[in-house]
Amino acid sequence: MALEKEISSLREKKAILQKGGGEAAIEKQIAMGKQPARERIAALLDKDSFCEYDLFVKHEVHDFGMASKELPGDGVVTGTGTINGKPVCIYAQDFTVMGGSLGLMHARKITKIMDHALKMQMPCIGINDSGGARIQEGVGALAGYGEIFYRNTMASGVIPQISVILGPCAGGAVYSPALTDFVFVVENISKMFITGPAVIETVLGEKISQEDLGGARVHAEITGNAHIYSMSEKECFEQIRALLSYLPSNNTQKADVSTATEPVYKGNMEDFIPENPKQPYDVREIIKAITDGSEFFEIQELFARNIVIGFGRINGESVGFVANQPLYLAGVLDCDSADKAARFIRFCDAFNIPIVTLEDMPGYLPGVDQEHAGVIRHGAKVLYAYSEATVPKITIILRKAYGGGYIAMNSRHLGADFVFAWPCAEIAVMGPDGAANVIFSKEIKAAEDQNAMRKEKIQEYKDKFANPYVAAARGFIDAVIEPSQTRALLIHTLGISKDKTEFRPAKKHGLPPF
Amino acid sequence: MSEEKQEFVDLTIEEGETYETLLTEKYKNRKKYEQTDADHIYSIIPGTVTKFFVKEGEMVKAGSPILILEAMKMENIIKMPFDGKIKKILVSDGVRIHKGSLMVELEK
Repeated sequence: MALEKEISSLREKKAILQKGGGEAAIEKQIAMGKQPARERIAALLDKDSFCEYDLFVKHEVHDFGMASKELPGDGVVTGTGTINGKPVCIYAQDFTVMGGSLGLMHARKITKIMDHALKMQMPCIGINDSGGARIQEGVGALAGYGEIFYRNTMASGVIPQISVILGPCAGGAVYSPALTDFVFVVENISKMFITGPAVIETVLGEKISQEDLGGARVHAEITGNAHIYSMSEKECFEQIRALLSYLPSNNTQKADVSTATEPVYKGNMEDFIPENPKQPYDVREIIKAITDGSEFFEIQELFARNIVIGFGRINGESVGFVANQPLYLAGVLDCDSADKAARFIRFCDAFNIPIVTLEDMPGYLPGVDQEHAGVIRHGAKVLYAYSEATVPKITIILRKAYGGGYIAMNSRHLGADFVFAWPCAEIAVMGPDGAANVIFSKEIKAAEDQNAMRKEKIQEYKDKFANPYVAAARGFIDAVIEPSQTRALLIHTLGISKDKTEFRPAKKHGLPPF
Repeated sequence: MSEEKQEFVDLTIEEGETYETLLTEKYKNRKKYEQTDADHIYSIIPGTVTKFFVKEGEMVKAGSPILILEAMKMENIIKMPFDGKIKKILVSDGVRIHKGSLMVELEK
C-alpha cells in the first residue's frame, strides 16, 4: 500500500468539503424544510449514479475579508449521472455555503457542466437555492451570471434544460431559469423575484410577503414562470423523472418509444360532449381517453387554464397535446393561453415531438384589459409557432372552431398534416347568433315579428354552416370521424408521419412576436 | 392537487354566444377599465408629494407646475393639463401615496 497516506489524506479532504457549510448550517437548511444539495442530487438521480466534479474549486477573492474564507466547493455541487438510465448533467447550489451565493468560480463550475451537457448532447438540470450574487465579488459575480445566461441561450432547443427552484432565486439569478425549458417549483420552498419585498416596500411603500410576491403558487398560477408545481421536494423529483421520460436527450433524437398500452378509459368518447353546445366539459378527460394507460403529464396546470398542454403517449410514442379547455373561460384564447401554447408548440418542434391539437374554442376573450395587454401580438405567437413547426401536426376539431380561433388552432391553412372533425363540430366564421344578425340584418329589420325572424335566421345559419361538412367540402378537413375512432386514427396518422420531412427557407432566425 | 370550490358562470364571448364555464383567478382579479377623467389628476406611480406650487381655488395656466411627486428617486413635476382652477387638493406634503391615488381635482 504505497499510497496509503495520500489516499487517506484525499478521503479526509473530500469528507470535509462534502460537508458543505458544516453541521450547523445543514441543520438550519433542514429546519427550513429543505434538503442539502448533495442529498437532493442523490434523491433525483438513479441510485449511486452521481459523479461529482470540481469539489476542490476555490474562489480567488481577497477583498472584504474574503481571503481567509474557505467556501467548500464554492457553494455549488456539479456533476453527471443518470435518470431513467439516461445521462444528465446536473448542478445544485449549496445554500449552506455562504447562502449559496454566486461568485465567479461558482458560476464557472456551472458553465463547465453546462458546456459538458451541450457537448455530450444530454439534458442539463439546475437546482437553484441561492441568496443571489456574492456582493464581495462585485462585477465578477455579474460576469458569472452573464456566462450562464449565454450558455442557456446557446443550449436552447439543442438539449432539454430544466430548472428546479428549491429556495430563494432572486434578482438577476432568475433569468437562468427563465431561459430554460421547464421550471419546477415547490410549495413553501421556492421564492423567485427580480426585486424582493424589502426593496418594494422602501421604494414604493407596498407591503407584501415573499410568498405572495413570488412564491411557488404565484409563479404556477399567476405569472406562468413555473411549469410544474409540487407540494414537496420528493414529489418534485418524481415529476422531473416523469417529464424526462417523454423527452429525447437532444434535438437530433426522438424520445424513447415505450411499450404501447391501451387507455384505461373504456366508455364512449362521445359521452364527454354535453348535449347543449354551450355547456362545458373537461378536455383532459378526452386526452386521457386517447393516451396509452390514460396517462397525461400536464404542464402549467394552474396557469391560463383555458388551454391545456402536456405530454402523453400514443402507441408508445411521446406526443405533445395542445387542447382548448371549455371548463375555463369557455376555452377561449387570450394573452396568457396563447403565450403558454406557443412556447409549448415550439418546445415540441425543437425536440421532434409530434403535436396533437384538440380544438373547441369559441374565439378570443373580449375586454379592454386583453386588447391593452397586447392580445394581438400574444395571439400571433400561436399562429407563428404552429406555422413554423415541422414535426407531425394533427388536429381534431371536437366542437367549436370559430373565426380566428379556427385558423389559429393548427388549421390546414397553417400547415397541419391532418385535420379531423367530430360530427358535432361547428366550423364557421363566427357563432350562429352573431352571424345571423349580420347576414340577415335587412330581413330581420323588415320582419313584422323581428324576434321570430331572428330565431328563424339563426336556425337557418346553424343548419347550413354550424357543422363540419362545409369545411370538409373544401378539403380543409380530411375526414369527419366518429369520436370512438379518434385513437385508432391518431395511431395510424402518427405512424405514417414518422419520416415526415418538411423544409423551411434558410434564415438566420425568424422573428416570432415576442 | 385540491380543487377549489367550483362556481360555474355565464361568459359571453360574442353576441348570443354565452357559455357556462369556470373563471380563472387571474380573470376574476383583472382590473376593470375605467375611463379617465380629465378633471382628476391621479398618481401614475407610487411616491411622495414633496412640494406644491398652487393653492386650492387658484387659477392656473396650462403647463404650469402643480406639484412634485417624488418616486423612484426622481422628482416628477405634475403639470396643469389645461387653463383652469384648482378645485381641491386631496394629498398632503410628505405623505406616501399609492399608484392611482386621486391627487388633485380641477375645474375648467
